[in-house]
Amino acid sequence: MSHALAFDIWGGWATTLAIKTVIVMALIPLAALILGYTFLLKMMSHMQSRLGPMDPGGFHGWFQLVGDGIKFIQKEDIVPAGADARVFKMAPAVVVLSTFLMFVVLPAGPRIKVVNLDVGIFYALAVSSLSVIGVLMAGWASSNKYALLGALRAAAQLIAYELPLVLAVVGVVVQAGTMSLQGIVVAQQTHGIFGWTGLGSPFILTQFVGFALFMVAAQAELTQPPFDMPVAESELVAGYMVEYTGFRFLFFFIGEFGTAFVYAGLAATLFLGGWSIPHVTGGAADVLGPIVLFVKIMIVAFLMFWARFTYPRLREDQLQALAWKWLIPIALINILVTGALKVAF
Amino acid sequence: MVAQNIAFGILAAIMVVGALRVVSTNNIVHAALWLVTVLAGGAGQFLLLGQEFVAWVQVIVYIGAVIVLFLFAIMLTHAPMHPTGKLNNDMRLWSVVPAVLLAATLAWVLIAEWGNDKIHLLRPVRTAEVGTVVFRAYLVPFEVVGVLLLGALIGAVVLARKD
Repeated sequence: MSHALAFDIWGGWATTLAIKTVIVMALIPLAALILGYTFLLKMMSHMQSRLGPMDPGGFHGWFQLVGDGIKFIQKEDIVPAGADARVFKMAPAVVVLSTFLMFVVLPAGPRIKVVNLDVGIFYALAVSSLSVIGVLMAGWASSNKYALLGALRAAAQLIAYELPLVLAVVGVVVQAGTMSLQGIVVAQQTHGIFGWTGLGSPFILTQFVGFALFMVAAQAELTQPPFDMPVAESELVAGYMVEYTGFRFLFFFIGEFGTAFVYAGLAATLFLGGWSIPHVTGGAADVLGPIVLFVKIMIVAFLMFWARFTYPRLREDQLQALAWKWLIPIALINILVTGALKVAF
Repeated sequence: MVAQNIAFGILAAIMVVGALRVVSTNNIVHAALWLVTVLAGGAGQFLLLGQEFVAWVQVIVYIGAVIVLFLFAIMLTHAPMHPTGKLNNDMRLWSVVPAVLLAATLAWVLIAEWGNDKIHLLRPVRTAEVGTVVFRAYLVPFEVVGVLLLGALIGAVVLARKD
């Protein structure tokens, strides 16, 4: 009896874990496809007065990126002759692993979640730093000067912008009184603005400085323009990705846009109330939550890609000065003010 | 408890193999990457002890920053793809002495202090509890460490500046 029970618990746990893993692994390429098609292919094209892909799939070229993906999978898996083959092959997997681990804590409804960790947002930022290792592995193992330079630029940039990213979130954590992402969403749903609870209390109103810092730092963490020094195509060909082809290059692409989706999701959860709609709870929130979250993610992603397609690239010294001389001091002042107000009220 | 012990055994085996590869590999970049395995294993051990916050601090500080700085420094100076010589030198036998001494001291301290204690853990330790302990019981040591690190930081800047 007790053996059968133990097996049941073990079986149930393992099955749940397997199902959740498969779902998240399917969501990452899907998220990358949606962002890549909507913003990289169509929005950028229209901002530059052109149409972008129109033919594949019939309707406004929606099939273009899926076709690209199929093409990448068919290509030969090339490892440069002088490369360190094992490290070279492992690097894209490390980058995607970091994206996968970040996805896990993003809640899409009161019960629509993979796991609700007590350390929530801190965990997400911790595993996001794993991608730097993957980038350095890729750049070094390629045995290519452009790749190595790109990887070094990436490492310097990601380390510099991790600090403002973490510090920008502290204000939200102080206000919500928890690091759990689910707890932060519920805090925004139930708190009010000076007693008025009609809209809940999206932290973008009280933590606008934190939101701005988070968006700038996230943009740099994603190595998107204007912070794309590591992959600057006019200087470094494609930085650490230059020797990659086929499905390993596809991994980097999925990692880049998948991570953009997660950062947009984190910003939506931390500052825009995540899946919550004021006064909607229970089953209705579970049904509407994913849709609400997706709409908010697309709005935040729109801001990120708008900046990406608008601003020219920063110089290395400007990039470092922005992080160390501006973002970090502003973030520290923000924490100080938030803490003081939290104690005062 | 059995599951925890099996997980501990697997993680410990991975950490030992990783640690041996760190000191035995001839490629200095590989050594740094093997160190990632050891530190990740350490984070896993913290998770087994229910210390979520400490585990992810281990990841963000050691893997996300310290190892990245190691790799950064190695690649900026000298990171050969195909090392020509061995990294070992004649001192490697002597290194056994401090290694054994350190292991013996740590084992002695742990066994003398907590030899027969058992950890009774019903749920993971919440971050709020960690924060309360740090900012109530250990506030003064915490602040002293903070000032010490700030001093080290300023010292490094002063030493590194040329003008």
